[in-house]
Amino acid sequence: MSEFTASETPESIAPPPAGFSFENVKRNAAISASGTTGAYTQAKAMKTGTTIVGTIFKGGVVLGADTRATGDTTVCDKNCEKIHYMAPNIYCCGAGTAADTEKTTELIASQLELLRMSTKTQSRIVTACTLLKRMLFRYQGHVSAALVLGGCDINGPHVYQIYPHGSTGKLPYTTMGSGSLAAMSVFESEWKEDMTEDEAKGLVERAITAGIFNDLGSGSNCDTCVIRMDGSIQMNRGALKENPVEPLRDAIKRSDRFNFPRGTTAVLSTEFVAHKTKGLSLDDVDVVTMDTN
Amino acid sequence: MAALANSFLSPESSRLKPGELSTGTTIMAVPFPGGVVLGADSRVSTGTYIANRTSDKIAQLSSKIFCCRSGSAADTQALTDYVRFYLQQWEVETGRNATVKVAAHLMRKICYQNKDNLSAGVIVGGWDEVDGGSVYNIPLGGTMIKMDCAIGGSGSTYIYGLTDALHKPNMTKAETVAMVKKSISHAMARDGSSGGIIRTCIVDESGVEREYIPGNQLPYGP
Repeated sequence: MSEFTASETPESIAPPPAGFSFENVKRNAAISASGTTGAYTQAKAMKTGTTIVGTIFKGGVVLGADTRATGDTTVCDKNCEKIHYMAPNIYCCGAGTAADTEKTTELIASQLELLRMSTKTQSRIVTACTLLKRMLFRYQGHVSAALVLGGCDINGPHVYQIYPHGSTGKLPYTTMGSGSLAAMSVFESEWKEDMTEDEAKGLVERAITAGIFNDLGSGSNCDTCVIRMDGSIQMNRGALKENPVEPLRDAIKRSDRFNFPRGTTAVLSTEFVAHKTKGLSLDDVDVVTMDTN
Repeated sequence: MAALANSFLSPESSRLKPGELSTGTTIMAVPFPGGVVLGADSRVSTGTYIANRTSDKIAQLSSKIFCCRSGSAADTQALTDYVRFYLQQWEVETGRNATVKVAAHLMRKICYQNKDNLSAGVIVGGWDEVDGGSVYNIPLGGTMIKMDCAIGGSGSTYIYGLTDALHKPNMTKAETVAMVKKSISHAMARDGSSGGIIRTCIVDESGVEREYIPGNQLPYGP
């Protein structure tokens, strides 16, 4: 076997493994079986204890999400992205296990792009929804991705909710994740038909804010994404920043002993050496043109 | 959420996986001379939370064959998607409209063969040229029973007596519709996992009528 080992390939060139990996399932089961007391405790996956929402309005769809990612009780990421790309006219909010929502949306986005190439037509929201539900149903709920799918196609604006077990629902407005109850209370009291874009954006921001402040699993900022019937997209990262970190950082006074003025470290010499590119380039080989006769 | 779902067990939802959506439901279908009436509530729940209050549990299998779903939302959606696909294929291959009997047998076959992995109780009903309006009940184990009045879902346990009392042979279309709406209203009033609005589907030779009754206009009471 040793002659087949590709030790020459630089690691930066090797592609990441595709799809889902189940290589640790047996290891994890063994660790669990050995008991949780002592040195070996089961590692917890990073979950996006989340508030995600979606609603339709007169001329399109508005999606919204908070930006907190948690691992157990720790905030792992204070500004993560939960609104994922599916197609130029379709985006998808994800709640559940961060890795699963990321890979699931990536995988289906890729299938949609291939489908667009072969049919030369715009992707439809139902198509995305069907592909997602089929995949999630096949995994019988083990891929924990709870999604809010939204976008515009020739049939108008659409919002779908998709549960980890593969059930779907088509609704005018929906919420998902641990903050869904807080967000839904805002929708149920304020939502109305045929809202303007500004009304819808405001409503989504208020719903996400309700999740951020009333749900422990949600927090930090509010991202929104507007998908209009004319095909234009407005991705608004940090549409609302109710929990800025700058004032907290500024409040910390450090001793002047740690404030080093410029020039504290003397520059002894300056030299530029070009990086020796790893691997082969066309300059290193003889190019033989292919015989096409 | 998963813990909540486990601590809230009705006989039907105890087969669900943690966190799985249940259409803890009231569904029914009643044939009348010349057609059939299907009815369902609209509540979909995860434990104690209502995930969808206006869902449609009456799925279309072919132009004049419908199906009321109860049990796991994911399982029954996948099931009806498969049956719809096979029926469409069958209709293209044979060049004629599928009968309710064919649709129900197909549904029963898939339910029975996958009984270990499914929690789905469905009622298939519709109109065809051979048998007119007919209704088949396919509960959890995958058996199939042709019925004059089929009820299903967690809410149905509250209205067995009521439907026995209200149903009589050779009812008119209007009488059947009224009976279905009244029965489901009473189930929704007593069953916590049923509620929302009532959706009905009336199928006869002339076509399909879909209606709904808002939750504040239910024909509950004497």
